[in-house]
Amino acid sequence: MARVKIKRRGIQIPPGYILLILTVFCIILMVLSFTTDAVPTALNGIAGYTFMPFKRGLTEISSYANHRADDLKQVRQVLSENQALKAQIDELTQENDRLVENRFELIELRALLDLDSEYEEYDKIGARVTGKDPGNWYSIFIIDKGEDDGIKEGMNVIAGAGLVGLVTKTGPNWSQVRSIIDDQSNVSGRMLNTSDNLIVYGNLESIKDGTIEFGQLSDPDDEVAVGDKIVTSNISDRYLPGIAIGFINSIEKDPNNLTKSGTLTPVVDFEHIDAVLVITEMKEENLPE
Amino acid sequence: MKRVIGLIAIIICFLLQSTLFHYIAFAGIVPNLMIIITSILGFMEGRTDGMLAGFLCGLLTDIFYGSVLGMNALIFLLIGYANGALNRVFYPDDIKFPLLFIAVSDTACLILTYLTGFMLRARFNMGYYFIHLMLPELAYTIAVSLIVYIPVRNILLLFERRNTEDG
Repeated sequence: MARVKIKRRGIQIPPGYILLILTVFCIILMVLSFTTDAVPTALNGIAGYTFMPFKRGLTEISSYANHRADDLKQVRQVLSENQALKAQIDELTQENDRLVENRFELIELRALLDLDSEYEEYDKIGARVTGKDPGNWYSIFIIDKGEDDGIKEGMNVIAGAGLVGLVTKTGPNWSQVRSIIDDQSNVSGRMLNTSDNLIVYGNLESIKDGTIEFGQLSDPDDEVAVGDKIVTSNISDRYLPGIAIGFINSIEKDPNNLTKSGTLTPVVDFEHIDAVLVITEMKEENLPE
Repeated sequence: MKRVIGLIAIIICFLLQSTLFHYIAFAGIVPNLMIIITSILGFMEGRTDGMLAGFLCGLLTDIFYGSVLGMNALIFLLIGYANGALNRVFYPDDIKFPLLFIAVSDTACLILTYLTGFMLRARFNMGYYFIHLMLPELAYTIAVSLIVYIPVRNILLLFERRNTEDG
């Protein structure tokens, strides 16, 4: 807008002044984004309505092209896999029968212990990933559902069997999700087998090998081993309890001899996320009761 | 008219960068198209346009993918301005200097992002980030700018000629 005015009046503002004005404007934006939500919300809205249709279209085109290329590659694989899978079906059918039996037993026992509420299914909204962080530093992506669909900041995002991340920003028709492998991310976790608490850190360095870090695990009896499963902790204030995070890949004692740290492999394949589920239930709402 | 072309170029680059480009990533590294367009508009059109282009690129990144609004806008703004200052030594026929400008701009962007986003959070292993992230991105960005630069330059020069003919 300002540019047009300058042209018509024929006044040339020296570039130095524009630099100063814009720099101050940027700094004001930074301060505002720490203190208030008004300006960011307005910008999120404008940007969302302008860009999301294009982004959605482009994502569809690129994923279509990608899938076509994959299809060709996969046909050969599929044929050989089919054989193996048929054998597996027989095996699994037997196992399933056994598990169904166990399940009925479990339901009875749970009812007995009155633990039903804790394991209740959460309400979820499906969403498509429409864009990924343009740089190489962060693991942030955006999805095509926003406030209009009932998504709020702080909701948990899952895909397949495990935790993907957290909604960190919302627009009217889009939201930003920070994944747990992002360098800035911290998740409070718990060992499934021993119930010990730990913290899972995203790390740009180790994710190149497909792992992220964990630390502050107190395990005095050396019960935790490689391959053990980590889920979200029930003492976390942002994440709902019991969502799978990953499996321990390596573990070692910290120099303080009290805690342990190491690396874990996330359950979710972060390279190929196309669709995610957003859990509309939030941790804070459940807390005070 | 030229600014409209620039604006359209920025929007196309931003959309490509966050969608299609992730499918051509080598080992998880994507080239930085936003820096290429900011740099080209900067050294071809001067300080004001370079700065506005950078500001817009940065702001778009901030809105959708940033955690602090204005951080990328400021980094890109400064890079656009610096490229605009090099407008005086720019000749359309030369390809070495434009590529050098883009390379230096990308390096500056990488270092500033590392300083603001990583070193402030006590990630001091700069050598690792240099080898595994900065160098590959720089190489890839230069390779892409080799392809992108000449068409973009020709489009911008086309509108320049028309403008002078009109006036």
